[in-house]
Amino acid sequence: MIDIKEWDWETPEKKIVLSDWTEKFRWVEEPSVSPDGEKIAAIVKLDEGEFNVCVNGQTWENPFEKIWYLRFSPDGRLTAIVSEMGEWTLAVDGIPWEEKFAYIWNTLFSPDGKNIAVAVQNDMQYCMALNGIPWEETYANMTHFALGPDGTKTAASVQVEKTSEGEIHKFQEGTFTAALDGKAWDTRFVNVWNMAISPDGTKLAAEVRLNLYDYTIAVNGEAWKNTFGCVWEPVFNPQNNAVVAPVRVAGKWSLAEDGNIIWDRAFFQLWHQMFSPDGKRLVAIVAPKFGEWTIAVDGKPWRRTFDEFVTDVVFSPDGNRIAALAKEKGKWKITVNGSVWTNTFDMTWKPVFSPDGKNVAAKVDRNGKYTIIMNDRLWRQECDELWDPVFSPDGQKVLVRTIEDGTYCRRIIPTAELTG
Amino acid sequence: MGEPAEINEIKDKGLEIGAERLTEDKIEKTINSVLKGETGARLKAYVDTCIHCGLCSEACHYYLSRDNDPHFSPVGKVKQTIWEMLKKKGKVSPEFIKKASEIASTECNLCRRCAMYCPFGIDIAYMMLIVRRICHMLGVTPLYIQDTAHSHSVTMNQMWVKGDEWPDTLQWQEEEAQAEIPTLRIPLEKEGADVMYSVIGPEPKFQAQLIYQAAVIMNVAGIDWTMPASSGWDNSDMAMYTGDNEIMGRVKRAHFETAARLKVKKIVMGECGHAFRSVYDVGNRWLGWRIPPVEVVHAIEFYHDILKEGRIKISKKFETPVTLHDPCNIVRGRGLHEMSRYVTREMCEELIEMHPNREHNYCCCAGGGVINCGPPYKNKRIMSNRVKAEQLFAAKAKGAKVLIAPCHNCHSGLEDINHHYGLGLEIKFLMDILYEVMDKPE
Repeated sequence: MIDIKEWDWETPEKKIVLSDWTEKFRWVEEPSVSPDGEKIAAIVKLDEGEFNVCVNGQTWENPFEKIWYLRFSPDGRLTAIVSEMGEWTLAVDGIPWEEKFAYIWNTLFSPDGKNIAVAVQNDMQYCMALNGIPWEETYANMTHFALGPDGTKTAASVQVEKTSEGEIHKFQEGTFTAALDGKAWDTRFVNVWNMAISPDGTKLAAEVRLNLYDYTIAVNGEAWKNTFGCVWEPVFNPQNNAVVAPVRVAGKWSLAEDGNIIWDRAFFQLWHQMFSPDGKRLVAIVAPKFGEWTIAVDGKPWRRTFDEFVTDVVFSPDGNRIAALAKEKGKWKITVNGSVWTNTFDMTWKPVFSPDGKNVAAKVDRNGKYTIIMNDRLWRQECDELWDPVFSPDGQKVLVRTIEDGTYCRRIIPTAELTG
Repeated sequence: MGEPAEINEIKDKGLEIGAERLTEDKIEKTINSVLKGETGARLKAYVDTCIHCGLCSEACHYYLSRDNDPHFSPVGKVKQTIWEMLKKKGKVSPEFIKKASEIASTECNLCRRCAMYCPFGIDIAYMMLIVRRICHMLGVTPLYIQDTAHSHSVTMNQMWVKGDEWPDTLQWQEEEAQAEIPTLRIPLEKEGADVMYSVIGPEPKFQAQLIYQAAVIMNVAGIDWTMPASSGWDNSDMAMYTGDNEIMGRVKRAHFETAARLKVKKIVMGECGHAFRSVYDVGNRWLGWRIPPVEVVHAIEFYHDILKEGRIKISKKFETPVTLHDPCNIVRGRGLHEMSRYVTREMCEELIEMHPNREHNYCCCAGGGVINCGPPYKNKRIMSNRVKAEQLFAAKAKGAKVLIAPCHNCHSGLEDINHHYGLGLEIKFLMDILYEVMDKPE
């Protein structure tokens, strides 16, 4: 379990010098930082065909022939995809899973970090593996991987009928389906794409194509009775386990729940729908008109639109505020409830709300230097690297993780200092 | 205009089986549904404005190469396809649809040269795309390109490259390149890099050396770059050319959302023309993005910038005289012709222009998905670009020995023309030459 109350919220500053790493190793790759900021790690090259992971200056006990995709899980364990003797597996805090595979990729973490899944290839057959245990079933091809909300179930789109290249009509009869924990649905589809597993783990919903032009959502293998010109990825309604997905009708997009349209208006585009934490509000990124982007809340778009891009939508914990990133005339901006901050950036990262929802902070990039912005006020420090800010449980402090002049710095800063 | 243009009928199961399954009722409903629901003022304006003057004919390499056969004139292709559908209000036969699909998919490269010669600027490529869209909705599309569209639909790439094969190939190319530059990396999934480099499906499948060369250029130029390990790495889009707009949009969404996930400031793409059209013009707009949500930079523009900024130094210019082909999608579609000449002159001792050139250049006859319709149409494609061969012969007569084709489809199509007509030119990408002549660390 992640208990951020247990993190050190008192020590104002902890530093780790990184500059000697580059002298010690043949190269040092881009670093990762643990959620609590106590560890900084990087893949390092020791010698030809010999790699390791350096964590706070100490390497893992055993090196590997190749290491990639170094990521901390949300619970602070450090994972990497590693290769030994031509076989691949996942190493967690330096200990490789017992099971070895021809190749693995696409590491997925459950929100609490307890469960870790990867996509697996063995003898040109594909499956998922959860915490090192592969599915019993394997498939000729596999795409669009998913891990359930509690991390105990995995799913993917799988090919259940082999086709040779050029067998277009066989393909159009349906050779794909979805598999949950390795068990494939009986129904075949032309395509199966993005999918979602219900919070209780009993349902799997996926985008499907029935022929060259009819799209719908299938739940546990059963397609909605209505078909559409196109669909995007489904989500589960946390209140009633219903499935909600964007659907295209007569060239316009709207939202459907269990196959029925639920919003009273349609958009040029609509995607990335999400429920508020209490499940009462439903928002989506929409384009009310061609080239105009904003957010619609329960079907009603914000008046303010942006000409290039809207992404990374986030609710405040109480569900009353919504923040997102927007791009306009080549510059990135932060918008909260449709109001736009005055500062603009070369890049912005997903906004973070304080526990009470009153403060919003984000990592931003301006002129190649990183800093933090909170409530449209910039932190004075510019850094060579920086990770997303984290609020303390009481919201009074912020954990700031940076690299400045070759030194990693873990700081605890009073929120008031950042808000001014 | 009543007789078919091709005496030797080409057999294509995509068309044959697709047409066998049609009924006239389904054809009528589908045509009218597309015309009513998906076209509007633009098609009406084109149809109502055309005065049948035929000035478009002289613009078309098919028409010119086929001894001015009116079947192959742009307006002739319109007359044999969309006009007939409009005139008969969709009441056409399966045999008509089969022929219309063949004309729209294999006798027009959507190169838009004719639009420049039309007194009203009518975009005949748009009308051919409407025909392809109708044929897609009817399931009558040439087999090879339909298979490619299916690959896009499953894998989000053009060549059925599976999820593991992509990062594995990048890691293999990284190791290969490290033999030349020991510190070289192909950084996978590096969030916050300045640049995401994206390529087309054939590169990991058949032309991995291009990824190697790009990695060397990126490393020597000191670019902060990355490549995704997930799908979304392929910028190409044959679904755009089969009229499968929904798959086109899905593929483009994957590409841009991958770049957005990696928080890169721009996408640099390799030397591909149709991919640029799909990313910069067609696919993004189908999704609602007036301009690409992440800046897209074609390889020509990228080479131009790194040479101009002195990030890459030329150790010794390429001595063999070169001529330069202007790909339609990045010249008529984007105006990169002066940049490609700057890059060529920086790298090469002598550039011998072919004529006509720049936005007036003749198409390679491979683009617009035509080469992707596969072997059944290869001879037809080659015979339909005799004017290109003549253009290249003239450049060769002036001394050109190397033909630069900064586009994958152009490259492949021109190889066929080079071979068939015995031109004896060596065909290269700009990157091949840049990699050869640039300063590299010892």
